[in-house]
Amino acid sequence: MAIMGAFTLYFLLPIFWLLVSSTKTLGNFNSTFSLWFTPTSITDMGNNLVNLFTYNEGVFPRWMLNSIVYATVAGGIGTILAAMCGYALSKYDFPGRELIFNTVLGGVLVPATALALPLFLIFSQVQLTNTFWAVFLPSLVSPFGVYLSRIYAASSVPDEIIEAARIDGSGEIRTFFTVAVRLMSPALVTIFLFQFVSIWNNFFLPLVMLRDQTLFPVTLGLYTWNSQVSQIPDIRTLVIVGALVSIVPLLVAFLSLQRFWRNGLGAGSLK
Amino acid sequence: MALKHLRVAAVATAAMLALAGCSASGSSDSSGSTASDCAPSTGKVDLSFTTWVPGMDKVVDIWNKANPDIQVTVSTVPNGNSGTYQNFFTQLKAGNAPDLGQVEYDTLPAFRVQDGLANIASCDGVEAAKADFSDGLWNQVTFGEDNSVYAIPQDSGPMALYYRKDLFEKNNIPIPTTWDEYAAAAVQIKALGGQITNFPKGDVNWFAGLVSQAGGQWFSTADGSWDVNLTSDVSTKVASYWQGLLDKQLVSTIPGFTDQWNNAYDTGADWTWVSAVWGANTISSGAPSTTGDWAVAPMPQWDASKPTSGAWGGSSSVVFKGSKHPAEASKFLLWLNTSTEALTALNTEANLFPASSTGASLPALSEGVPFYGDQKIYELFSDQAKVISPFTWGPTMTQTYSDVSDGFAAAIGGSGTLQDALSSGQSKTIAALKAQSIPVK
Repeated sequence: MAIMGAFTLYFLLPIFWLLVSSTKTLGNFNSTFSLWFTPTSITDMGNNLVNLFTYNEGVFPRWMLNSIVYATVAGGIGTILAAMCGYALSKYDFPGRELIFNTVLGGVLVPATALALPLFLIFSQVQLTNTFWAVFLPSLVSPFGVYLSRIYAASSVPDEIIEAARIDGSGEIRTFFTVAVRLMSPALVTIFLFQFVSIWNNFFLPLVMLRDQTLFPVTLGLYTWNSQVSQIPDIRTLVIVGALVSIVPLLVAFLSLQRFWRNGLGAGSLK
Repeated sequence: MALKHLRVAAVATAAMLALAGCSASGSSDSSGSTASDCAPSTGKVDLSFTTWVPGMDKVVDIWNKANPDIQVTVSTVPNGNSGTYQNFFTQLKAGNAPDLGQVEYDTLPAFRVQDGLANIASCDGVEAAKADFSDGLWNQVTFGEDNSVYAIPQDSGPMALYYRKDLFEKNNIPIPTTWDEYAAAAVQIKALGGQITNFPKGDVNWFAGLVSQAGGQWFSTADGSWDVNLTSDVSTKVASYWQGLLDKQLVSTIPGFTDQWNNAYDTGADWTWVSAVWGANTISSGAPSTTGDWAVAPMPQWDASKPTSGAWGGSSSVVFKGSKHPAEASKFLLWLNTSTEALTALNTEANLFPASSTGASLPALSEGVPFYGDQKIYELFSDQAKVISPFTWGPTMTQTYSDVSDGFAAAIGGSGTLQDALSSGQSKTIAALKAQSIPVK
């Protein structure tokens, strides 16, 4: 219990610091105790938020929107692709299956940052750098998702059910979407969450690919601001408040999807 | 928390990039000092401009309204050492670099040896712009080559001494005008429980500014080959001076630009800062409770009969090789960096201290600044800019900075001295140049 408490504190303290710091003016940030609020916290926080959303013609909400689009759309499509791929690798026997699977598995080991530069050179060839697609397309693939889908499909989608569906006249694609996806849903939620978080936190790929600020995800935008602090010190408060706001969608995604995740585990146990 | 992760990721990836960069860079100090033709294009021209000056888009809007035939699109990105320089190098390799970019003086040689900069010497008005800049600055963008101009200076960072006027006066300590007086004042301040200043292990470019003020050079080129000289007599003199202050614990050793560092100034623990003109805003935002208590004086001198200053930071604007419109690009750069209109806007938007002498007469720069007791600090900095000793930067400054900084950190930790840091920086820099097949003596 004590250990759990210590760990909880360890993880929550930085977030608490972020919360407290975002309620301060720049002056108070430097001069007051950094882990507690000031008497003017509520109004200062309001001002900070207004400044954040209006600074530089409202570029911050644009970054948030970009991040949400990159993370939900690419994460969603990526999850479906991974599920189809993993299901196929698990349920169909075809030559080269293990080779494909092992290649994908190898992809899990390659860090995404190592691929950013080669991707940049490839995208340069087709003139797609500094576009929406430069960040969107590479975000669609998730080797780990394929791996997880295959493992989960093997254990949670019985061959007999697929057989029964075939006998009832269901096509393969219909079987996948109506039967397999439902059985695999806990794994799909997990894959989506992983994808969502990794796209949301993906920083290096956009750094290399993008130079148009209106395409930036929020991570890169905040990083850009942070590198301007020495010229315009007032930006520091915006970076802090922005960092706080930028974790809100992650919290929402986790808290709302956690429910499905638990449901899925429960459903599995009835079998 | 999120930002911390970002920084870690950035560092890790920067390291990886550095490796990738090394293996892929095979180019050398090409001799091409002949200026290419600079013929104007016909019809409407679109230029892309990548920079990290905040508010640059608003400045460029002024230009775009007045010049419908030369339209400039601005991209605001993280600052050079936070990834943009690496991006420039990659884009140059892929052939899709922007037409125009921002490069700090200390990184210009790195782009020059990779042959990434267009020589705009023969473009209209470029040679004539020489008169707008001090010789030292102009030398930074020509590398001393004949018939060559590779950038137009944008802002500069003349250095001076920021000090707590109230504390010096209250305790009857004279404002130091020489480094000997500075060391003597340090002893008095220590006796009062304070520290005269801070020695930041990470700000090696700051230290280079001190060396340049003393008349030292770290790099020079002759006959197309580099001479590395981090351990010259002058450089060693400056290092042993600061080592002396460190040994007697007369200076604090907080990493620069951190909250802890701000706090040392805000609480009056540190009394002075030898820094560049842009540092004015750093102190006023970092130490808000000391408003009105500060003043600025020229840097302490080594030789009081020949006052000099150093420079810390500052950027130039370049035309990248591969741009199809060097004539239009240089026309824009000359407007951006030498016209009163643009320099006023840059000063308002981004607090830039103009490199051009035109900029020294901006009304905003002749006003008193309340944080410094209404002192007209920018007039003082303009005067200091005229006595900056020229300094030549090496082609691998990122590596030099990090190696010297490692040595500084060790010296502060008690193993080795600042002089040792310079000599290890010396040998590692020579090794790095050789590894990139850059000719070195």
